[in-house]
Amino acid sequence: MTRVLAAISGAGGLIALLLAAAQDSTGPLAVRAFGLLVVLAAMLWLVRPVELSKWPSTVVAGGLSTVGAVLLLSQLDSITPAAGFWGATVAAWALAWLFVERLASIESRRQLIAWSLRLLIPLLFGVWLLVIWELCTRGLGVPQVLLPSPSAIGARMVSSTATLWADFKQTFLHAVLIGYALGCGSGFLIALLIDRSPFLQRGLLPIGNLVSALPIVGVAPIMVMWFGFDWQSKAAVVVVMTFFPMLVNTVAGLAASGAMQRDLMQTYAAGYWQTLFKLRLPEALPFIFNALKINSTLALIGAIVAEFFGTPIVGMGFRISTEVGRMNVDMVWAEIAMAAVAGSLFYGIVTLVERMFTFWHPSIRN
Amino acid sequence: MWPVIVVITGIVVIWYGSAVMLNKPFQHDMYKRANVENVSFSQLLGDTLNQERPVLPAPHQVYQELYKTTVEKKITSKRSLIYHSWITLSTALSGFVMGTLLGILLAVGIIHNRALDKSLMPWIIASQTIPILAIAPMIIVVLNAIGIQGLLPKAFISTYLSFFPVAVGMVKGLRSPETSHLDLMRTYNASAWQTFWKLRLPASLPFLFTSMKVAVAIAMVGAIVGELPTGAVAGLGARLLAGSYYGQTIQIWSALVMASVLAACLVGLVSLGNRWVLARMGASA
Repeated sequence: MTRVLAAISGAGGLIALLLAAAQDSTGPLAVRAFGLLVVLAAMLWLVRPVELSKWPSTVVAGGLSTVGAVLLLSQLDSITPAAGFWGATVAAWALAWLFVERLASIESRRQLIAWSLRLLIPLLFGVWLLVIWELCTRGLGVPQVLLPSPSAIGARMVSSTATLWADFKQTFLHAVLIGYALGCGSGFLIALLIDRSPFLQRGLLPIGNLVSALPIVGVAPIMVMWFGFDWQSKAAVVVVMTFFPMLVNTVAGLAASGAMQRDLMQTYAAGYWQTLFKLRLPEALPFIFNALKINSTLALIGAIVAEFFGTPIVGMGFRISTEVGRMNVDMVWAEIAMAAVAGSLFYGIVTLVERMFTFWHPSIRN
Repeated sequence: MWPVIVVITGIVVIWYGSAVMLNKPFQHDMYKRANVENVSFSQLLGDTLNQERPVLPAPHQVYQELYKTTVEKKITSKRSLIYHSWITLSTALSGFVMGTLLGILLAVGIIHNRALDKSLMPWIIASQTIPILAIAPMIIVVLNAIGIQGLLPKAFISTYLSFFPVAVGMVKGLRSPETSHLDLMRTYNASAWQTFWKLRLPASLPFLFTSMKVAVAIAMVGAIVGELPTGAVAGLGARLLAGSYYGQTIQIWSALVMASVLAACLVGLVSLGNRWVLARMGASA
C-alpha cells in the first residue's frame, strides 16, 4: 500500500513539475518546487537509496502534504488555477493518505500518545475532506448554487449567527429536547409497567418491534394538524418516534438479568423495588443507553422533517426548505453544518453519560 | 399468539374511542349549525365515525379508503395507491441495494486496511448524526440541476441511510471469527482472500441479515421523505404531503398504513432470506 501511494504521489508531483515548467517563466515557482520535492520523496520510498526508519518518513509525508495543502489553497485566489494544479492536488492527497497509513501503524504503549492518535487520525481525514472539497469547488469553478465551498459556508455561518441561533432554539432546544425527554421518559415508564405483566409483555413486544421498523416520520402531517404549527407538533412527532425504541430496549434490558442473580436477590428477601433498583435497572442500562443513542439522532430527524409540513417562520427545517427555494445554498449548508454539529454533540454527550454510568460493562472496560 | 391478538383488539378499541372523542367537538358544531337538537347517542356515534375530514379517522374509514384506492382503481391510475406504493417501493429497494453494497464494500475495506479503519470508522458514525433527511431537499434540487432526475436522487437518500447499519454490522460480523479459527486458516497457509471467502464472509452472514433488516426499514423512510421536496408528484410521501395540504386525513392515514404494511413486508422478506440462507449453510436455527 505504501508503495502504491508513493507511486501515485510521485506521478502527481512529476505531472505538476512538468506542467508548471512547461509554462513560460511567469509560471508558478512554488508549484514547481513542490513537485520536485514530492518526486524526490517518492524516489526515497520507491527506490530506497537509504533505508528510512519509521519516524522520518512519517514526518516527511505529513510535512509535505501539509505544505501542499497550504500551497494549493493559496493558489485558489488567482483567477485560473496554475498549471500542474491538479497534479499537485493528487500528489498532496496521496501523501496525506500515506501519512495516515503511517500514523495508523504506530503502536504506542503510552496512553496519551495512543489516545491522541485515535483523535488525530479521523481529524486529519476530516480536514483533508474539507481541503479537497474547497479545492474542487473553487478550482473547478463549481457554481455556488450547486455546491458552495467550505469557506463560503463558514463565512455565511459567521455573518448570520442571529438567524442560526433562532432556528436552533426553535428546533433543537424546544422541539427536540422536550420531545426527546417526553418520548424517552414515557417509553421507559410504560416499559416498567409492561414488565410487571407477562401477558402484556408477550402481546406488546412483537407489536413494539414491528412499530420500530415502520416509517413513523409519516405521522408528521397528522401531528401538525393536531397540535398546530409551532414547536409542540414537532415535539409530538419526536415523542412518537422515540417512544418505541425506548420501550423495546428497556423491556429487553429488564429481562437481561440472569435467573441466578434474581434467585440471589430472592434469597436476600429483596422486594420488587429493591430488585429493580439494585439488580435489574443497572443490568438494563446498556440497553437503555442504546435506545437513548438511537433516539438522539431520530429526534433531530423527526423535528426537522415535521417542519416540512408547516411551521412558523423559524426553525432549521423551515430555513432549509425556504432557502433552497431562494437558491441561498450557502445558508442551507450552514444549517446543515449546525445540525450536524448539534447532532454529533448530542450523541457524544449521551455516550459520555453512558460511560459514566456503565463503566462496569465489558464493552467499555476494554 | 393470543396476547398479541388481545393487544391488537385493545388498540382498535382505543382507536375507536379516541376517534369519537376527538371528532365530537366538530360534530357538535355541525349539529348546532344545522339546528339539530336532542341528538341520540347512537346517532352521534355513527356521525363522528363517518365524517368526511375527521380529526382522527376511524379504522373502518381507513380500510374503506385503502380498499377503494387499491382494489377498485386501475393500477395505472394516479389515484391508485398501488401506483404510488410502487414508486416508493422501487426507490426504497434500489436505495437499499446500493446502500447494502456500499456498506459491505466499506466494511471489507475497513477490516483489511488499518488506515481506513482508524480514519473512516469515526466518520461513518458521525455521518449518521447528520440529519440527512433534512438535507434531502438539497440533494434532490442539486442533483436535478446537474441533470440527474427521477428515481436516483431519492434512492441516494435511502442509500445514505441504509449503508450505515450494514457497514457497522458487517465490520462486526467480519471480525466475529474467533482467533483460533483465524489461526487455523493461517496453519492452512490460506491467503487473505481465502480467509475472507471461506471464513470471514460465512461468519458475517447472520450479522449482515440483522443489519439488512434495519437497513430496509430505514430505506423506506428515506424514500418517503425523499418524495416530500419534489412537490408531491407521486409516491406515498407525496400522498402524505398532498393530504396534509388539503386536510384529507383519511388519505394521510391510508398512505401511512400502506407504508407500514410495505415496510413490514420488506422486513419479513429479509428475515425469510435470512432463514433460507442460514438453512442452506447448515445452521441449526
